[in-house]
Amino acid sequence: MIKTRLGKVFDPTDHRLPQECKDFAQSPQTLEFDDFTRVYFCTRSVDPGGGTFRSHVAFADMRKDFSSVLRVSTSPVLPLGELGTFDEHGIFPINVLRHKGQVWGYTCGWSRRKSVSVDTAIGLVISDDNGDTFRRLGPGPILGPSLHEPFLVGDAFVVKADGVFDMWYMFGQRWVRETASAAPDRVYKIGHATSVDGILWVKDEGIQILPDRLGPNECQALPSVIQFAGKYHMVFCYRDVHGFRTDPTKGYRIGYAYSTDLAIWVRDDAMLGLSGQVGAWDSDMQCYPHLTVSGGVPYILYNGNAFGRHGFGAVELMLE
Amino acid sequence: MILSTDQSAKPAFQWEKLGKVFDPRTVKDRPWLQEFAQAPATLVFDDFVRVYFSCRPPADAAGQYVSYSAFVDLDRANLMHILRVAENPILTLGDLGTFDEFGTYPVSAIRHDGKVRVYYAGWTRCVSVPFNVAIGCAESIDDGQSFQRLGPGPVIPYSLDEPFVMSGPKIRRFNGLFYLFYIAGTVWKVVDGRPEPVYRIRMATSSDGLNWRKLGRNLIDTVVEEHEAQASPDVFFADGRYHMFFCYRYSEGYRSHARGYRIGYAHSSDLAIWTRDDARAGITVSPEGWDSEMVSYPHVFAVDGTVYMAYLGNAVGREGFGLARLTTPMVWGA
Repeated sequence: MIKTRLGKVFDPTDHRLPQECKDFAQSPQTLEFDDFTRVYFCTRSVDPGGGTFRSHVAFADMRKDFSSVLRVSTSPVLPLGELGTFDEHGIFPINVLRHKGQVWGYTCGWSRRKSVSVDTAIGLVISDDNGDTFRRLGPGPILGPSLHEPFLVGDAFVVKADGVFDMWYMFGQRWVRETASAAPDRVYKIGHATSVDGILWVKDEGIQILPDRLGPNECQALPSVIQFAGKYHMVFCYRDVHGFRTDPTKGYRIGYAYSTDLAIWVRDDAMLGLSGQVGAWDSDMQCYPHLTVSGGVPYILYNGNAFGRHGFGAVELMLE
Repeated sequence: MILSTDQSAKPAFQWEKLGKVFDPRTVKDRPWLQEFAQAPATLVFDDFVRVYFSCRPPADAAGQYVSYSAFVDLDRANLMHILRVAENPILTLGDLGTFDEFGTYPVSAIRHDGKVRVYYAGWTRCVSVPFNVAIGCAESIDDGQSFQRLGPGPVIPYSLDEPFVMSGPKIRRFNGLFYLFYIAGTVWKVVDGRPEPVYRIRMATSSDGLNWRKLGRNLIDTVVEEHEAQASPDVFFADGRYHMFFCYRYSEGYRSHARGYRIGYAHSSDLAIWTRDDARAGITVSPEGWDSEMVSYPHVFAVDGTVYMAYLGNAVGREGFGLARLTTPMVWGA
């Protein structure tokens, strides 16, 4: 399935990024233009005091084969939300598509909580300048918590086809502690929702669409889907609930599933076989994958060690 | 739609204040019910009127409160007579990380499908602002003494144009539809370095009470200032018209007599378009006593041919709630 490993294709420290962001180029997501492919990613500023970060949207325009960077965004693409709003403390990730002659972006907004670290919800932003900058449709989210998805709704990936929008996204199930004194860790799964206009969504509501591989507390995130060679293909990342930041055996891995009808998904991570390489940029962790077609060729862009602190890489696929 | 052209000609409602009914500080053996009896909401039984309210145990070491909801049962023959006080909170707090982890306040009850259902506001704690609020749903199979949530998440979360602080639910059923009146935050206004929420009255409709369609606009215009905060949208149907009592205050300095909560009034023929006419509300602060600083959180209900208003006095119900009785005839002006 993997045809060629391209290695790391973007390092944020090679470029001057807006909003005083230096490290991190997380969750690469593409928008194809005639002559290049724009890769949106999320980078981070450091709060005064140094203890906390805020994620911001930026982009790099790359050759369609991801062999080189043509330019990066030099001014803010999207400001963070106002005081008390869902996306006040960060936007990560953003998923973009063309619609009605505009570029629509589905954001995952972060806001900090007291008893747990964070909550997230999905926002909608629109660009009238071909994706250079975006404005909010409103100050609140278009998809947030609901009766059976109580928190951590985010990581939207939207596909428009035949007058219907499909969204795959993450929703939280519970917060659990490894030990009584440990900070709470979150458990989240991948769900599905549909919409006729891309704004008002109907969730499947609490339905986890992929089976667990690491047990009921497996965390699943960042779904992306393409239709290619007569099938639907999904990549996502998954990890253990505890210890994932420091223990490479518990960190993020990239999973794969396929479907013929968008309803039933068959998970087969081994079929993709995207593992890290010893001593390489992705040796300990592979996360935040984005399955995309650029120049007619299928690729996965993804982050490696340290959740993408040092950039993102790519593999070219042979899909059947 | 019937348009009212003679609203100024309508006389004000006349309320006889019956005094404070319930003071939570008189309850000595329930540590979770120490102070506050906020946002009264009734459910009428054969022999008594149950009044749900929200209360608090003492603040924790950091000065932070949680809030619970409970009830008192009032003698239907004499509403100033308390028959019993709830033994326990009607609903536990939510699990770690959920929207209602730190409070369930206020509640609004309705009978549905042989059960009692409450809509309640759940409180979580935030970092940049003190809290956020969303509206949940729970049901009782023991006639409204205890409730189990229908799920761990909210039924009315924040959304595109209602970005935070979804609170103060009031559930009603008109013409075969559920109506939920509630408040939605519009801005966190920083006053002396402290974020204060500003909120406006909103409405949603539903056929099953679970899947809601938000109307998507403010129902009640502001009067005292642009950032007037409005709460407790309590809707009552009488004489072919819908009547809303609510409360409103300034965005700053509202813990004072001059800028604190007052009770307003609006009417509507279709539940969507409302005409505000505070002069008709007919109830305000007393010269002295438990409701001399502010009056707020009105709830209007009818029992045995008499219309009553339950409401809060000073310090937004820290010392309990009282009752007033409508003395004008029940001609509400269709």
